[in-house]
Amino acid sequence: MRLVILDDYSLASEWAAKYICNRIIQFNPGPDKYFTLGLPTGSTPLDCYKKLIEYHKNGDLSFKYVKTFNMDEYVGLPRDHPESYHSYMWNNFFKHIDIDPNNAHILDGNAEDLQAECDEFERKIKEAGGIELFVGGIGPDGHIAFNEPGSSLVSRTRLKTLAMDTILANAKYFDGDLSKVPTMALTVGVGTVMDAKEVMILITGAHKAFALYKAIEEGVNHMWTVSAFQQHPRTIFVCDEDATLELRVKTVKYFKGLMHVHNKLVEPLHSMKKN
Amino acid sequence: MPSNKSVSDAPITQFRNCRILRDHGLQWEDLWVRQGRILNPEKLFFDEKGAADVKVNCHGRIIAPGFIDVQINGGFGVDFSQETDNVKEGISLVARNILSHGVTSFCPTLVTSPTSLYHKVLPQITVNDGGPQGAGVLGVHLEGPYISSEKKGAHPEHCLRSYSERGFSEVMDTYGTLDGVSIVTLAPEMGRSKDVIEELVQHGICVSLGHSIANLSQAENAVNHGASFITHLFNAMLPFHHRDPGIVGLLTRDRIPDGKTVYYGMIADGIHTNPAALRIAHRAHPNGLILVTDAITAMGLGPGKHTLGQQEILIDGLNAYVVGTHTLAGSIATMDMCVRHFHEATGCTVEEALEAASLHPAQLLGIQNRKGTLDFGADADFVVLDDNLNVKSTYIAGEAVWMNSASS
Repeated sequence: MRLVILDDYSLASEWAAKYICNRIIQFNPGPDKYFTLGLPTGSTPLDCYKKLIEYHKNGDLSFKYVKTFNMDEYVGLPRDHPESYHSYMWNNFFKHIDIDPNNAHILDGNAEDLQAECDEFERKIKEAGGIELFVGGIGPDGHIAFNEPGSSLVSRTRLKTLAMDTILANAKYFDGDLSKVPTMALTVGVGTVMDAKEVMILITGAHKAFALYKAIEEGVNHMWTVSAFQQHPRTIFVCDEDATLELRVKTVKYFKGLMHVHNKLVEPLHSMKKN
Repeated sequence: MPSNKSVSDAPITQFRNCRILRDHGLQWEDLWVRQGRILNPEKLFFDEKGAADVKVNCHGRIIAPGFIDVQINGGFGVDFSQETDNVKEGISLVARNILSHGVTSFCPTLVTSPTSLYHKVLPQITVNDGGPQGAGVLGVHLEGPYISSEKKGAHPEHCLRSYSERGFSEVMDTYGTLDGVSIVTLAPEMGRSKDVIEELVQHGICVSLGHSIANLSQAENAVNHGASFITHLFNAMLPFHHRDPGIVGLLTRDRIPDGKTVYYGMIADGIHTNPAALRIAHRAHPNGLILVTDAITAMGLGPGKHTLGQQEILIDGLNAYVVGTHTLAGSIATMDMCVRHFHEATGCTVEEALEAASLHPAQLLGIQNRKGTLDFGADADFVVLDDNLNVKSTYIAGEAVWMNSASS
């Protein structure tokens, strides 16, 4: 496991964006070789998306040969509802970049047969050759995607009922009205993410500090589903100082001491510009 | 990436790198157009998996809905109120020339005229959508003849009429037809105004108050019976008086139905309305302000002497005088000038200035779902402007109908 600690949210976001950018460019994607990217929603990845858009606008990064798979979507929320993850992805990312709409995959929470929709999603991931890099965020209760506490650590894409904590946390996006918050979602399973060649998890803010501690300093536990990635061969946790507040001093010091090694992953920042 | 042909074969254009006027604000957003209408790109992306066929770089400029002029008497040497057989020709000439001023649709206005003129001219004017040949005609604005002789302004006195005896049948006999008419300006103090206003509104016509000596309660009554517009506020009406504010008082009215907006036209050429008066009106009732040119024949003609009908007119800057006098012969300001002047004189936001020439007139005419807006599904009639609100290009139904040759 790598743990990358940056001073603040903005630097952590930039580091993550640089890493994604370099991974895509070094992969050298083309018409016969698409880069497959798993993507999260929520407030944490916002600045990371902004940076990626900036690289795209500067001509350094193209998504023409990238296929994306989103982690989750609410069930029963109209697709064009401002809080749907379709709207989120369109407004915060897709409309700014050059991705082919045929390559942007998001679960349809209004599908007639929800389980068939989930199975189809798994099939599409497989057809695309699996996920090269899965980027994720976590909830304060340590959930990855909508794999709430108690989810199976070998789960696949399926329908999940949201935990009360998650519904409460989401209420702020629905006028603070609990009755408007969707209670179910389609989500990739922990196992789906585990199958990715590489996983990068963004964790920022003091309210996520306990979850980060549970993720990396305690054992693998289905009550903190993100802890499953202790068993993944290539996981990078990218966090800010605030998120490390519950960690041991020696953990933080050890990984901070490795920053010069980690920074080699993002420096120099590659570009697709031919010059 | 080709657009999805299962939904439509029509090409999709994406105007990018621009600030578009939407939801009362300038937003850094792309404007997408297909088949002459504004397209929702999110639906295109997720439903149709489609993308743009053509991308247009707007270099950071402003895109606003096309301007709508609801009061224009002529221009470029043409006077709409002429009893001729080639009214269409005159309207086409003006329609073509106002494109360079950002106007994408307008209401040709007929001033008080003899009955024979209405019978001859009205059937020749047809509502149309506009295109490369010129701005669209939304309908005729009939200003008179049912106005007050005391506030007739430049309207010929011998042609004024009254419906106080015969009511609506008098109106129909005079105009001959109401097809293609969208606005009628009348003086509401005239007897039987209630009946006439109600009939006109039932015919889908917008009733405007003007050239009138109505007091506030008469004006309020007119609004309660369906009137919704004030013709060139301050001009040709009683001046504001604190014990009877007259028609001007409608701007801060409280005895008319909730949720009803009274709109008012302003000639913001810097000559016909003092900037202070413009500011008073704007601050009292910003959502009702509609910029109109009230332009006459001489608009668009160069400086110097011109012979127009029976008159000789001298154009000097923005003033058009009757030769040898200091009598103003009418407004010769263009719509884009009015927008700039209104913005500078009132210190209002760019958004407010642009909406006063687009959204508000569309709302007045009840066509705000297709004109005066850049919302999804609306007609793709729009202007591209620089930060000083100079028009750089004009589009109707998504097609460039005018481009400033000097701009890149």
